[in-house]
Amino acid sequence: MEVKLDVPLLTSSIGKKLLMAVTGLGLTFFLFGHLAGNLLLLKQDGGVAFNEYAAFMKSSPPIWVSEILVFAGFVMHIIQGIRLTILNAKARPVGYKRNKGSANSTFYSRFMSVTGTILLIFLIIHLWSFFFKHKLLNLEPGVDLYTAVVLAFSNVYYTLFYVVAMVVLAFHLAHGVQSAVQTLGWQINPKVARCIQNIGYALAVLVPAAFAMVPLYILFATQGIF
Amino acid sequence: MSANYINITVEVWRQPGDKAQGRFETYSLQNISTHMSFLEMLDVLNEQLQKEGKEPVAFDHDCREGICGSCGMYINGRAHGPQELTTACQLHMRTFQDGEHIVVEPWRARAFPVLKDLVVDRGAFDRIQQAGGFVSIDTGSAPDANEIPIPKPISDYAFEAAACIGCGACVAACKNASAMLFVSAKVSHLALLPQGQVEKRERVKAMVAQMDAEGFGNCSNTGACEAECPKGISLSNIARMNREYLSAKLSQKQYDK
Ligand code: HEM
Ligand code: SF4
Ligand code: FES
Repeated sequence: MEVKLDVPLLTSSIGKKLLMAVTGLGLTFFLFGHLAGNLLLLKQDGGVAFNEYAAFMKSSPPIWVSEILVFAGFVMHIIQGIRLTILNAKARPVGYKRNKGSANSTFYSRFMSVTGTILLIFLIIHLWSFFFKHKLLNLEPGVDLYTAVVLAFSNVYYTLFYVVAMVVLAFHLAHGVQSAVQTLGWQINPKVARCIQNIGYALAVLVPAAFAMVPLYILFATQGIF
Repeated sequence: MSANYINITVEVWRQPGDKAQGRFETYSLQNISTHMSFLEMLDVLNEQLQKEGKEPVAFDHDCREGICGSCGMYINGRAHGPQELTTACQLHMRTFQDGEHIVVEPWRARAFPVLKDLVVDRGAFDRIQQAGGFVSIDTGSAPDANEIPIPKPISDYAFEAAACIGCGACVAACKNASAMLFVSAKVSHLALLPQGQVEKRERVKAMVAQMDAEGFGNCSNTGACEAECPKGISLSNIARMNREYLSAKLSQKQYDK
């Protein structure tokens, strides 16, 4: 058989999905690192450890490089996500009058673009509150990052918004992790597939829950509940 | 088991031709035996329409025993209707209630244009097959059993993949109108066996390129295809095709110069 038909990898459907999967998994690994840093906020030391960590993040060139990588990962993931959503909508120009998606798939697998868009809104607000305002632009000199975080999360609405975003992240990961592994072709064996699915569900619950714990703790502590 | 008789209304997509505007029309049917298949119910409807001097509903069918894959239609929001592992011709009216309102639509996908009423053009599947879904050389007549040793799990996987009847339910049910389950079944069944292995790299590249050129969507792994496939084709075929494709694209042939 001669290859009559072939296209460059990243223009093929599987290639487009590969980019989605690699960036998605990359971002999931980024979440681990980010979470480890955040958990320092729970240390009862008036923010010494967290501020030291923040200072290190600001001064270390390898960290700058990895931050650029994470940023590039987000940009590629978001652009490719929007492209795929548009392409996929075009693949069915006329829809069904009656369509029972719930009979054949989970709602969170069908609403990845919706959870993704909510995460994008969260991301913009979140980056503005901490990364831009305090790290890059230093708009409030004299306020250290720990104080800024405590101030932000002592606001009920800000914390509520954060927690809702984490629930959305949980649904995004519940489908995203297994989807990415499937795209990479790593779960041919049904037993492996089930195992990866369960790992995906575990990550989807544990990671967002651990993230949400920090603002909830700060809110309750500043309200004097703890 | 004695038959029950039910009265139903069916709301069917009517479209006189591929370029024509279509719309839904609702018909009432009385005394439909619950032993009838869904297609027999449509036959009764068509007799009724002919008696009234109206154009019968066009729908594809051939074997009526669940093996040819012709009878694609979307019934009450599900590909081939509410019963799992069942084609429309094998779906019986006992799955419906007396007085039920049943919506019948053609497969909806850019790559499957509607020709008339419930009939769509599934030529895209043929062209994907023609792009590489075969073994190029004559491998002779069927070899003696066990002449070519093939491990049991491999032959099982290949056999399961070969059960695909090309019905298009996977495309119809997928929110992205993706053809990955169909193509991966064809790719898998050949890539798993020695006769097909020789050309597996070229095959997967050509079939995926043709699939993309036909305008199917991009798989997002929702699993709707597997759930709606009348032959129970597994998602693991999609994983295998992804792996075959990525390794064909990213690695060199051992004999590349
Ligand atoms: C921390 C943030 C995020 C993580 C960890 C993450 C992770 C993932 C993962 C692992 C996947 C599965 C990849 C695949 O299907 O192969 C995925 C898919 C997706 N993501 Fe994200 N994501 C994040 C943020 C976003 C954002 C901000 C958007 C905004 C548009 C987005 C949009 C999407 C879409 C639309 C898909 C589905 C693509 C498809 O199925 O074709 N994600 N994400
Ligand atoms: S994979 Fe299943 S649903 Fe898709 S064409 Fe083959 S038999 Fe039909
Ligand atoms: S008519 Fe052949 S499968 Fe239904």
